[in-house]
Amino acid sequence: MVLQEVSRAGRVPLVCLPYFESLHKAGCFVFVTEAVDLNEGGLVMMDINSWLFWPDRVALSVLVLGVLVLLFLYAARASMHEMIHSVCNLVAQSTRFLSRWFFLSAENLRLRNQAVLLAHSQASLASQIDREFVRVENLIQKDMHEFPSLQRKFMEEITRIEEDYRKCGEVPPPPPEWVEALDSITHIKSGSEIPRKLMEDINKSIQKMHDKTVTEYRRSYEERHKILKKMQSSWRSVDKLIGEMDKKMLTLKSNAKQIDSGIAKFKAMRAKDFRTEYALTVSSFVQLAISSLVMVIALGGAFINYKLIALPMSEMVGASDYITNSLKTSDVAALVIILMEASMGLFLLESLRITQLFPKIASMDDRMRRRLMITSLVFLIILASIESSLALMRDMLISDKAALMRDLASVTASDPGGWFTSIPMAGQMIMGFVLPFALAFVAIPLESAVNSLRIVVGVLLVQSMRFIGFTLRFTGVVFKRMAKVLEMIYDIVIVIPLMIERWVEMLRSNSSAEGQVKLESAV
Amino acid sequence: MKKYILIWIMFSGVFFISACGDSRIHSQAVYMLVDTSGTYAQEMSKASKIINYLLATLNPGDSLAMAKVETRSFTEKDIVAKVTFDKRPSQATLQKRAFKSKIEAFSKEIRGSAFTDITGGLIQGAEYLNETKAGKKTIVVFSDMQEELDKGTLRDFPIELNGIRIVALNVTKLGTDNADPRLYLDRLATWEKKVRKAGATEWVLVNDLENNMESILNTR
Repeated sequence: MVLQEVSRAGRVPLVCLPYFESLHKAGCFVFVTEAVDLNEGGLVMMDINSWLFWPDRVALSVLVLGVLVLLFLYAARASMHEMIHSVCNLVAQSTRFLSRWFFLSAENLRLRNQAVLLAHSQASLASQIDREFVRVENLIQKDMHEFPSLQRKFMEEITRIEEDYRKCGEVPPPPPEWVEALDSITHIKSGSEIPRKLMEDINKSIQKMHDKTVTEYRRSYEERHKILKKMQSSWRSVDKLIGEMDKKMLTLKSNAKQIDSGIAKFKAMRAKDFRTEYALTVSSFVQLAISSLVMVIALGGAFINYKLIALPMSEMVGASDYITNSLKTSDVAALVIILMEASMGLFLLESLRITQLFPKIASMDDRMRRRLMITSLVFLIILASIESSLALMRDMLISDKAALMRDLASVTASDPGGWFTSIPMAGQMIMGFVLPFALAFVAIPLESAVNSLRIVVGVLLVQSMRFIGFTLRFTGVVFKRMAKVLEMIYDIVIVIPLMIERWVEMLRSNSSAEGQVKLESAV
Repeated sequence: MKKYILIWIMFSGVFFISACGDSRIHSQAVYMLVDTSGTYAQEMSKASKIINYLLATLNPGDSLAMAKVETRSFTEKDIVAKVTFDKRPSQATLQKRAFKSKIEAFSKEIRGSAFTDITGGLIQGAEYLNETKAGKKTIVVFSDMQEELDKGTLRDFPIELNGIRIVALNVTKLGTDNADPRLYLDRLATWEKKVRKAGATEWVLVNDLENNMESILNTR
């Protein structure tokens, strides 16, 4: 306690306290603030007496000590400069080496990521192009199969239209005798009655003939209109056929366009184009974000599912059994059921080749795969039925407990109400049956997340390694420059001896110059 | 083949985990002592409410017993009803109904005793609770805590209540307590000292049965 009051600068080990106390009693100036347990931390001890030449003349002692230190530092200047350089070089070289290693590792990792990314994207794109080709093949096969009959039909329609058109073109010619008769009458000289009578007769005949011709003409046009009317259906049929063909051609064209774009992407991937790689990386980030969102939603569904079956599971495995201090067996059992549903869903989608998380399932022969699919589906239906019945049991248990609570509170039972009171029960049962199937689809975002997570983690790792590499490189550069700065600081500390050195050197050079001058003048 | 093995493992896992785990550590046991001596026998309706509260609160796997405090209470004959609830909630509900019926029948044919052997009841309760091996053990004493022993009944020896909570309920004031409240306070202090010395983990006094019912089972 006494020791601690002396000063607040020094710390001594606990075991040394008696020794310092005896020193203090002997009249020594002991500089101690606290006792330190050596097991807990470091030790700083200062006994000023040990540093003073003359303890009763502190200023003089400190001055002499200072001068000695300066002399020591001045004498050790060259070595210290060398040491500063060596240490700074060592740090700079080490950090540079480490930085290079980090950059190289980052590059290797980037290349590996690139390979994985491109391989995965190529596989995905190849399957897309394959699917497009299959579509085109189906379309062409179907159309080619129909094409001869279509062509025959088309030709028949065209022939019929041509015949009809030809028939329409046949117009009865006007009677040529009239023209000749009129021509001979025009040559008869006027003034007599004969031409007039002839003209009148001709006029009458012509009128008669005209009426007859017009009637004939109208009948002919009527017939042609009828033919044209009949042609309408053929035209429509042709129009329809052309329309169908046009539609098919458009589908084919769009498929061809998609194949073209896929092939272009594929080429870019094969060429390891930077833009394509960047786009694919960004796409991985987006995919991860979307699939994570979907999985969070699915997690919400799983939580509701869990809530539905946790209570009734206690009826099966006991409500008072615990696995750990806070983990109920019934809760774990409910969780296991939900996880099994998710697993069955995963197997179902795998066997349907919707997802491809297990290559072994994808490479199974079709018969085996179908068996697996049926088994998974049957298990899923069984689990969904179990869950549905558990949901019913949950409702029964809650009703039973509510009835007991009423009994204990001595409250008379309320009116059970109408049919609508059983809606929650029905809702729970339906949810219990439907949720496992909904949960089964979580395999799709899961696959997407797994695939994109590899890329995202890789990219983040590369960026982190680059950052570390940059930091190390920067540290190396700083240390390289630091050597000069530390040298200068060192020289500032020993500035007085350095000034003396310079002064002495100047004197020496002056005296030698003077001596030289004297010698020269003597000579 | 591997898939089938996996499915089998998952199925058997559910049943395996249902078999393991020490349920007794998480369960609780309550032993309720009901004073039936003298005028306190009239408080039986309140005791029924407490029993109903306990029935509503206790879970499957928990234990509950109710015993009366008589002239000499260190006997199994004084236990009116006792039950360890089934692990299945539906069965536990049936057991609770049966327990309630027993208590109702008891409250109809209750007869007051001449003396009050609370200490004997506590020893009997401790014995019952230790046998249940429950993780949390509570003795609820529904009494005015005024012990009156018959001639020849010896209770002035140290008792063992290790790991047991003692809850004193509805400790009514006697006529003499009204004249000198120190008697009431001294009585409570003496009991607290006695049960703590016996190793009880907690001493709880609950007089407000309407609002402070949770203190019966919840550790403060």
